[in-house]
Amino acid sequence: MRVAKDLMAASATPIVLSILSDGESYGYAILKRVHEVSAGELEWTDGMLYPLLHRLARLGFVKAVWRSPEGRRRRYYTITDRGRQALGVHRRQWDLVSTVLNGIWSEMHSLAAPGVA
Amino acid sequence: MELDVLISEWRSYVSSHREVAADDVEELEAHLRDQVETLRSAGLADDEAFLVAVKRLGSLDALSREFAREHSERLWKQLIAAPEADESSGTDFKVMLGWAVAAAVIVQLPRLLSPNDLDAAWSFYVRNISLLVLPMIAGYFAWKRRMPWRHLIGPGLVFLAGLLFANAYPYARLGSTEILTGIHLPILLWLVFGIVYLGGRWQTGRMDFIRFTGEWFIYYVLIALGGGVLTGVTIELFAAIGVPADPFVSGWLLPSGAAGALLVAGWLVEAKQAVIENMAPVLTRVFTPLFAAMLIASLAAMLWTGHGIDQSRDVLILFDVLLVVVLGLLLYSISARDPLAEHGLSDVIQVVLVVSALVVDVLALTAILSRIADLGFTPNRTAGLGLNLVLLVNLAWSAWLSIGFLRNRRPFADLERWETSYIPVYAVWAALVVVVLPIVFGFA
Repeated sequence: MRVAKDLMAASATPIVLSILSDGESYGYAILKRVHEVSAGELEWTDGMLYPLLHRLARLGFVKAVWRSPEGRRRRYYTITDRGRQALGVHRRQWDLVSTVLNGIWSEMHSLAAPGVA
Repeated sequence: MELDVLISEWRSYVSSHREVAADDVEELEAHLRDQVETLRSAGLADDEAFLVAVKRLGSLDALSREFAREHSERLWKQLIAAPEADESSGTDFKVMLGWAVAAAVIVQLPRLLSPNDLDAAWSFYVRNISLLVLPMIAGYFAWKRRMPWRHLIGPGLVFLAGLLFANAYPYARLGSTEILTGIHLPILLWLVFGIVYLGGRWQTGRMDFIRFTGEWFIYYVLIALGGGVLTGVTIELFAAIGVPADPFVSGWLLPSGAAGALLVAGWLVEAKQAVIENMAPVLTRVFTPLFAAMLIASLAAMLWTGHGIDQSRDVLILFDVLLVVVLGLLLYSISARDPLAEHGLSDVIQVVLVVSALVVDVLALTAILSRIADLGFTPNRTAGLGLNLVLLVNLAWSAWLSIGFLRNRRPFADLERWETSYIPVYAVWAALVVVVLPIVFGFA
């Protein structure tokens, strides 16, 4: 499914932080995880993940370390306390938005969910 | 094997984008290799897997724009590297030379216009030297950045106000307030020049101006060293021939050369980016520990002998100069540091430097305060007190933020933001010394 550009941009930070809150990871693995969870529906431009990760590192949300546990040298990212706090804020905001949308949509009896009709 | 060739070609292509640093290229290459491996295990041939993987990385132009936006230090490089076409850098050089000649000529005018009254000329130079030369370098960068006129109105008004205050006040000739104006007006105008230099990016680009200032300073010192050798040799050579060259050297060569070098150094910073880029961070790395050691040694000596900072004026000025140098070192090493890097030994040394500078500042402040308590306020003591207070706030909060960074409590960006947002405080303080202090002390 095509997701609007703005929505992609807005959701990228909480998605990356959420994946990292599961444990440290590196760029390619993060993208693979997004691919898995969305069953291939959410397609990011691979390269754009890296400037985003660097921004999160500059803001102190993640820490970046070069390591090569499996032979290939990769930059591993770990979420920080500050990053967890930021993720909490993101989460409350997304919860609110989705509660509102679901509430409105469930009251619209006249309309079936798209794709069901 | 063929894959390695493809990837190394790709790597050199990506590396040609200045916004993508070597580290990023390596990170992207690891990604590319991971992706290729996955695709190959799905049955694609090497070159097919490579093509798909590269395509998924997305447009390299968009990517390097994104990197540049994220890493302002590289954006700066790009901003400067923009006129890569050589024909435009030729005009650039000629325009710079034009402004440099203008600066070299204009510093001579006051001397030539009042040839009989040396004291009057000196007092004029003390107050106006920055007003003579800084508009030239500002003019050059306004041309280079193609600044619209309306952006030049603000800086232009400050220069005019500076001209007014420096010349309309009835200063006692070469008195304290006149000399203080001569010291503080250049600081104020240099920061105002920063607005022109950044071409309207003052809000986001202050760090770039710090970088520029640091590198400009290094180039200027290099030129001054070379110029010193040149003038020394000139004088000796002509003395050997029997023609006294001193009047020419001290009257024409030195002042005009110093004024023109201002522009040449500014031009060099922009034109020879890659050279200095390797030199400046090395210099700060060398001198940060040395200055830290010197400060600690002086503190230890004070403790050992039981003497505080001597209250005499020269010593207090010496300490102020020292603290300003330390602050410059700190600012420059912050601006040269990769904000993503882990903290290391150099960050610890930097904290040691800041904390010892803070202690020295407190000692200098107590010395000034006790001198004021004994002898009352004078223009010099007031200016010193103000400068030390402004520095104290800057250094104290810097120390707090750096320690927080070392303890993983906060990102490096916090420190960077603090330093850049504090810069206007110096401009305001300098303006107060130029505008208010002379009135308060009756132009003494």
